[in-house]
Amino acid sequence: MNKLRSNHKYIGLLYISPWILGLLIFQVYPFIASFYYSFTDYNMMSKPHFVGLSNYIQIFTQDDGFTKSLKVTLLYVILAVPVKLAFALFVAVILSSKLRSINLFRTVYYLPSILGGSVAISVLWRFLFMKEGVVNSMLGYFHLPPVDWLGSPNIAIYTLGLLSVWQFGSSMVLFLAGIQQIPNDLYEAGSIDGASRWRMFYRITVPLLTPIVLFNLVMQMVNAFQEFTGAFVITNGGPMKSTYLYALKLYEEAFTYFRMGYASALSWILFVIIMVVTAIIFKTSTKWVYYEDGGRSK
Amino acid sequence: MTRSTNSILRYLLLIALGLVMMYPLLWLFASSFKTNAAIFGSSRLLPDTFVWNAYTEGWKGTGQYGFQDFFINTLFLVIPTVVLTILSSVIVAYGFARFSFPLKTFLFSVMIATLMLPHASIMIPRYILFRKLGWLDTYWPFIIPSAFATSAFFVYLMIQFLRGLPRDLDESAIIDGCNSFTVLTRVLLPLCKPAIFSVGIFQFIWTWNDFFNSIIYISSVKKFTVSLGLRLSLDASSAVSWNQVLAMSVVSIVPCVLIFFFAQKYFVEGISTTGIKG
Repeated sequence: MNKLRSNHKYIGLLYISPWILGLLIFQVYPFIASFYYSFTDYNMMSKPHFVGLSNYIQIFTQDDGFTKSLKVTLLYVILAVPVKLAFALFVAVILSSKLRSINLFRTVYYLPSILGGSVAISVLWRFLFMKEGVVNSMLGYFHLPPVDWLGSPNIAIYTLGLLSVWQFGSSMVLFLAGIQQIPNDLYEAGSIDGASRWRMFYRITVPLLTPIVLFNLVMQMVNAFQEFTGAFVITNGGPMKSTYLYALKLYEEAFTYFRMGYASALSWILFVIIMVVTAIIFKTSTKWVYYEDGGRSK
Repeated sequence: MTRSTNSILRYLLLIALGLVMMYPLLWLFASSFKTNAAIFGSSRLLPDTFVWNAYTEGWKGTGQYGFQDFFINTLFLVIPTVVLTILSSVIVAYGFARFSFPLKTFLFSVMIATLMLPHASIMIPRYILFRKLGWLDTYWPFIIPSAFATSAFFVYLMIQFLRGLPRDLDESAIIDGCNSFTVLTRVLLPLCKPAIFSVGIFQFIWTWNDFFNSIIYISSVKKFTVSLGLRLSLDASSAVSWNQVLAMSVVSIVPCVLIFFFAQKYFVEGISTTGIKG
């Protein structure tokens, strides 16, 4: 058997060759090309024209849209991601206990995540949070004044954040899977020692879930930095550019004005930001992520 | 606090939260039967007077192209994408899960790294490339990359699943005269059904709902997908037909909701068996 395998040293490579080709054509090449384009002026009509650092200089010194969208995006990421994860963890803990019809609840909580990125849900959100919309009628029911959820520059971004939090399901499912892998004797030992539920939660559950927290945090963060559909369909970046997320800026430069070089520079700046944030998360993770083997393997 | 009051509290909390989660979707459905006046200014779910024509009227779309066109277009885009994603992910995952070859660890890490590669940083050259190939305003930008297992999430999910299947199966099949490819097709594939379902369902729903790529690659209304058609009707709608927009929103998510409910089991298990532990 081993002989058979070693004779076929390259057969595995053959099987993964579609992926290698796809990687080179659809990921590595575009990645490198976008770096090159970022130093050019390219409108797709004529050949890319090398302009050195001028795109970057213009972005950092003259482009108010860039500064605005970066601020809005950072606010959105800092706002939506932690709340979403905290919520997902909270619900996962409740769902992890042996309750009847638990699957029904899981389904209900997961469904919004499935549909989340669709235009239909953006349409729905737009209607719910209009000035005369349902949410305000509900507030009226409790004699609360209406809120201009989408029309007020100070509030609109929070309304979009709420849409993201509503889709906590996929993070929740991962937490739930993690909780179910925690051996029960840890909790038994805890209760023998007289630990309270809360204490067991933050001394046992949370530390053992930190690897999943890390994964969810990074994935949700990468996604949040690129959020597009909601802001585009619901508010179209407004009011007063208060929901002008980075992806909208990028979309506008690339596919409305066809300034491909400039947009590539913007995309590289976003890439660097995401990498820096990811690196910071990973770097600090050694302090807060618990590994069963004491952190030797990562 | 006794055990039973505790679980009653949990139930109440779960039900309350469940209602909050579901309310928007229920509202969407109920409002597609309301008059414009009733859509706004009331939080009641059920309409006083039912309006039945929002679906038939909304379905007509722009007049020239209706939602039956958008649905057919979406299927022409989604089905090949799903099938090719499954095929390519299974084959590549098989290579990673069952064989050793030079640079394997390195290539595997590269694949995991692409999980985190922001789409934004490759989309512009991709667009330019597809434009040069003459693929703009066609479905090729969706279909062709899926044949090359470009989605690391799916490959990883399949690898994790295959790793869970005993290697003895492969070895006894080889003794029975299978070659490595027939081991995959005859022995492993039938066992991979749950993972294949997960990949297929995820890819179906994601591609179905995809808006960003649709809006950049598809420009003629004739080829619009459901997402684009919906957005079109939102823009085109005069103030008198909001219920049509809501009705078409309902219609556009129905396939995903149905698939989700039928395959709910695979879904939740699929995502949790990826074994992500950090």
